[in-house]
Order: sequence, then C-alpha cells, then structure tokens
Amino acid sequence: MSTETSSGTGPDQTKEMTIREAIRLALREELERDDDVFVMGEDVGKFGGVYEVTGDLVEQFGETRVRDTPISEAGFMGAAVGAAATGTRPVVEIMFSDFIGVCSEQIINQMAKNRYMFGGKTEMPVTVRTTEGGGSGAASQHSGTIHTWFAHFPGVMAVAPATPASAKGLLKSAIRSDDPVIVFENKQIYEQKGEVPLDEDFTIPIGTASVEREGEDVTVVATQRMVGESLELAEELAGQTSVEVIDLRSLYPMDTDTLVESVGKTGRLVIADESPLSYGTHAEVATRVMENAFYSLDAPIQRVGVADVHIPFSPALEEEVLPSGSDVEAAINRIV
Amino acid sequence: MVVLDIETEDGQREALRRMLTIRAFDTKAADLFSDGELPGFVHLYVGEEAVGVGACSALESDDYITSTHRGHGHCIAKGLDPDLMMAELFGKADGYCNGKGGSMHIADVDAGMLGANGIVGAGPPLATGAALTSHLKGEDTVALAFFGDGAVAQGQVHEAVNLAATWSLPAVFLVENNQYGEATPVEKQHNVQNLSETAEAYNIPGFTVDGMDITAVYEAVKEARKRAADGEGPTFIEAETYRYHGHFEGDQQPYRTEEDVAIWKDRDAIETFKRRLVDAGTITEAEFDEMKAEIDQQIEDAVGKAKDAAYPDPSEAYEDMFNAAVPEISDFSSGMRADGGENR
Ligand SMILES: Cc1ncc(C[n+]2csc(CCOP(=O)(O)OP(=O)(O)O)c2C)c(N)n1
Repeated sequence: MSTETSSGTGPDQTKEMTIREAIRLALREELERDDDVFVMGEDVGKFGGVYEVTGDLVEQFGETRVRDTPISEAGFMGAAVGAAATGTRPVVEIMFSDFIGVCSEQIINQMAKNRYMFGGKTEMPVTVRTTEGGGSGAASQHSGTIHTWFAHFPGVMAVAPATPASAKGLLKSAIRSDDPVIVFENKQIYEQKGEVPLDEDFTIPIGTASVEREGEDVTVVATQRMVGESLELAEELAGQTSVEVIDLRSLYPMDTDTLVESVGKTGRLVIADESPLSYGTHAEVATRVMENAFYSLDAPIQRVGVADVHIPFSPALEEEVLPSGSDVEAAINRIV
Repeated sequence: MVVLDIETEDGQREALRRMLTIRAFDTKAADLFSDGELPGFVHLYVGEEAVGVGACSALESDDYITSTHRGHGHCIAKGLDPDLMMAELFGKADGYCNGKGGSMHIADVDAGMLGANGIVGAGPPLATGAALTSHLKGEDTVALAFFGDGAVAQGQVHEAVNLAATWSLPAVFLVENNQYGEATPVEKQHNVQNLSETAEAYNIPGFTVDGMDITAVYEAVKEARKRAADGEGPTFIEAETYRYHGHFEGDQQPYRTEEDVAIWKDRDAIETFKRRLVDAGTITEAEFDEMKAEIDQQIEDAVGKAKDAAYPDPSEAYEDMFNAAVPEISDFSSGMRADGGENR
C-alpha cells in the first residue's frame, strides 16, 4: 500500500496514482483539513477496507476518526445522519452498494428529507462512499450498479468518478458539501492510473461533466468504467470516426449544458453506463438532450448498459451482460 | 432556553407548566382536527406528559433529543415555542419548518430537538449519531431517543443501541410504553415481560419505571444521563404510560374500552404531580388554577396567531432541497419547454 503525501508541493503539480490511491488521498487531505470529518464503515480501520481504499488512514488519524463499525448498515448510516445534523461531517463507506437496501430508510427518509422537511434549517453534510459494478465474478448480490435509484431520489446528490483525478476532486467536493452526496465507485477501475493534482484545494464541482476527448461525429456520454472503454474505442476509431467522449461524473445534478453543447456539434449521441437500461441514467441523459437539443439530433439516441438482468456468476454469462467498448462501437455503428 | 431543574421549586412549577402546556396544546389540536381545521395526521401525547417532561427535566439545555410521530409533547418538554408549533400544524410559513413538516416533523436543531419522525424506529440511530458527535468533539452533551413500544420491534432500534453500547456513547434510549403500537397491544408485539429486558442483550443497564410519575422518570433519566456523560455508555429505560386518545385523531379505538382508559386516567400524571406540589406547599390550588388558565389562554392565542398567519408562498415548495443550488429544480419548476427554444 503506498502512502501518498502532498506536502510541499506546488499548486500545479500532479502525480500518477490509481483511483484507489486518489480516493485515499482525498480522504487523508480532508481528515487533515477539517477535524469534523471522520470516516466510518465496516472494516475501514486496521483492515483498510475490503477494497483497501481506506488503507492505512487509521494509523494517522486513530480509531476515533477512522472507525470500524458493527455490521449494521442501518445503525451506522443513521448515526451518520444524526452526527451530521449535530455538527460533524461523516464519510460513510457502504461496502457494496447492493447492501444499501439494508439502510435505505436512513438514506431516503432521514438523510434526504431532513433539510427540506425541517424548512431548510438543518445541514446534512454526509458523504456516502459505496462500490458498484460487475466483472469480478461476485454474482448478483455484490455486483449491482444502483446509482439510478439515488440519483432519482430528491435530496441526494450522486457522483460517479471515472478517473483518478475525478475520484479525488469529486470526493473532496462531496466531503466539503453541506448536502448529502453519494459517491459511486466502480470497483473494476480502482487500479486504473492517471495524473492527479496534488493541490490540497483541488476539487471538481459537483454538477459538472468533462469533455475527455473532443470529436466531431458522435458524442459518447459515459460513466465510470465505460469512460475508459470509450476513450480506448475512440482512439481505435480515430481517422475513421471522430468520437467525442464525455465523462458525465455527476449524475445529480447533471451538467446538461455540456451534453447539449456536444450534441449540438456532433448531432449524434450514445449513452454508456453500467446500469440497467429501463428508467435509468440513460433515460435521464436522453431526455435532457431531447428537451434541450432535439433539433440538433441527426439520428436516434443509443443506449449501452445492462439489459435489465442481474449480474450472473459464471464468467461466460457475466461477460455477456456487462457493457463494454464493443457495445459502444456497435451503438456508434448503428447511427454513424 | 429555560433549564428545567425539577429539584428546585421553580423547576417543579415549570415542569408542571410544561405538562399542562402539552395537555392544553394537544387537547386543542384534537378539537381543531375534529373541526376539520388541521390537515394531515395528528397523533397526540395526552396522558404521556410525565415521560417527556420528566426526561427533559433531567437533561441539560444543549442535550439532544430525537422524537417520534407523537412529538408535540417532546417539543414542549424540550422548551419549544407552542406558537411556532401551532403555526406548523396549520402549515403556515411561520411554523418551525415553514409549513413543510407539519405535526409529524417538527424540529429545532438549535434547541436540541432533532425532529419528530414519521418513521417508527428511525430516531434511535439519529440519537446515536448525535451522541457520536458529542464523543468526537469531546463535548459534554448527551442524546436521548424517545421511541414507542412498537418501535422496539424495529431492527434499526437494536442496531442503534448496539452501536452506542459498543462505542460507549453518551446516549439514553427511552421507550414510551403506552401499551399499544397503533391498535395492537404491546404483549402481542413482544415476547418479553418488560421491554427494558432489551438492555441485557447489550450489556447495558435497563430499567422499567412508572411513566405516570414524573419523578420516577426524572430520576431514571438523571442517572442515565450521568452514566452517559461519565463515559459509561447508554442506558435503556422503559416508562410505562398510556395514551388517552386514539392512535391518531379519528381512531375509533375498537381495541379498547373507556373503562380501560379510565383505569389509567385515575393515575393521571398531572393530577398526581399537582397534588404532590400542593401538599408540599410549592403551589396553591389558586395558583394552579391561574397557571392553567394562563396556559389555556396562551394556546388560544397560539391558535389565533396560527390562523392569522400566512401560508408559505407556493414558490417555497422549490426551496430548501439543498444548501447548494441545483439548476434542475428551477428548470423543472419553471416549466419545461417543448419548442426547441432557449430554456437553459
Ligand atoms: C416504519 C413504519 N412502519 C409503520 C408505520 C405506521 N405507524 C405509525 S405509528 C405506528 C405505531 C407505533 O407504535 P409505537 O412505536 O408504540 O408508538 P406510539 O404510537 O404508541 O407512540 C405505526 C405502525 C410507520 N410510520 N413507520
């Protein structure tokens, strides 16, 4: 486990690291910056988190601020809500997003509704970090991509990083936000590397997308793992089809302007997100583009995702249902 | 806010005043509801006043409480303003939640009241969280969760107690056993004699006290508060009490008879406490009558003010979702466009 440190670095310096390390760096910096920030979840302390994201933070910050919890999602999620309402800034890890059902009461009726229901007089600075995605043969109860549920639910913000830089920048914004933010981390890309700004005040505003690659013929709006896959594909197609790749980054609020601008230029849109296709993230992106850029569209919008099935165990089946670059390519070929 | 020190004569009179205020407030709410003047569901605390006031008398003013769907009594016990509560019941802009919460969601975090709650059993985890804040910040505050006998069957209540016990947090869990969860009697919902036996599973102290006796509640909570503040962790208290009204206003109550209710009314907490204060010379009958008349007038005035108050402007419906602005809400609320013209 590496121990990144950002002391003594200039504002423009970057360092190559993995998404996992970038998240840990964000946690470290925010724990250092603000005594009110604390981290809790199952095995986040000495064990370092089941995906080793929290790593060695407990050594620096101690068991009071990096807390192992009993296996009781409702209990500690509710405690996070109560703690946030009374002046602290909890960062809660829910090991697998599939387990959120166990504590959804505290997210849906308490965390998300508190501020509104009490007439805007409470703050709810809770950050929830959780893992999503298939690809590890973990079968249906440990592979889901559920971000649509919560991006849909009023009162929570939802972000989903695709790169180490956005992992750091979005998580820092989430922790600094006085609103509840759920950070959906795709576990297949924890090892993905990239340059990360070392500036301790580097953040990415929630609600902003990023044009990761410019192109002329088709826009691919992607999230999480699908961003990397789409960028690789765009590189392969270069010279033949010019693909613009947008990392959506923030599911709610959503950067409609960047989407509309891009489709205004390319006239074609593919949406690639590893979640079930019905009623989801894809539908939301498509609708916003339809509402705001319908006359820019030269072809029907295409969706790439999971065909409304659970993620199966057998590698042969899992590979079948998970979206990949080739699905994006097929979608592009249908409309370009 | 006035700290309620029930060990002084002033404190005793203030405790009596708060019990009477709860009764007057909720009795008035019942009338208003049956007259069709209040929207929504209304769950009243009449009969249970000694629990809320006894418990809050043992708390310091910056301690936190969490509450239930039956929260008016907790609010008044914690010192909240009946005027603002009544305005909230009417859905007026002057209410505690600007008319967005109503009877079931009155909150005043600054006063340590973390909210009435429409979800049975959701409060205890919040109290554990407030106790966690106190622990993390090294403060002396304690968090007390009020919850019903029905809520004791909820899983998240047990998670909250376990978490607070495991982490030795300054929390107090106070069950108001008013004998029913909606229409189902407590013995049909639990397989234990006393709900305080729950404490054994978490290796924390558990007591059952007479919830019709304000002093008994006060003493149990006072001891629990001291343990919590001394870093010895939570206590689980059951207060045996009774609600005189139905589960909600309009409840036909087929599950009990007037005789059942009368047995408990014979031990009315306000009557008992008043008698004790009169016998001790703390208050005279005349002073009591005067206090009661004053409170009745105060509640009448609260109703008058609430009725006269303005409703929130409809545009307020789109406020308060987030601290930060999100363009979504303004786009959606201003009407989506269908012509391809500029909207954003
Ligand atoms: C999770 C949940 N389930 C069911 C209800 C409906 N409900 C509201 S109050 C209540 C009874 C609660 O009983 P208890 O906890 O004993 O409180 P009391 O009403 O007696 O004060 C029920 C079932 C609810 N609000 N929340």
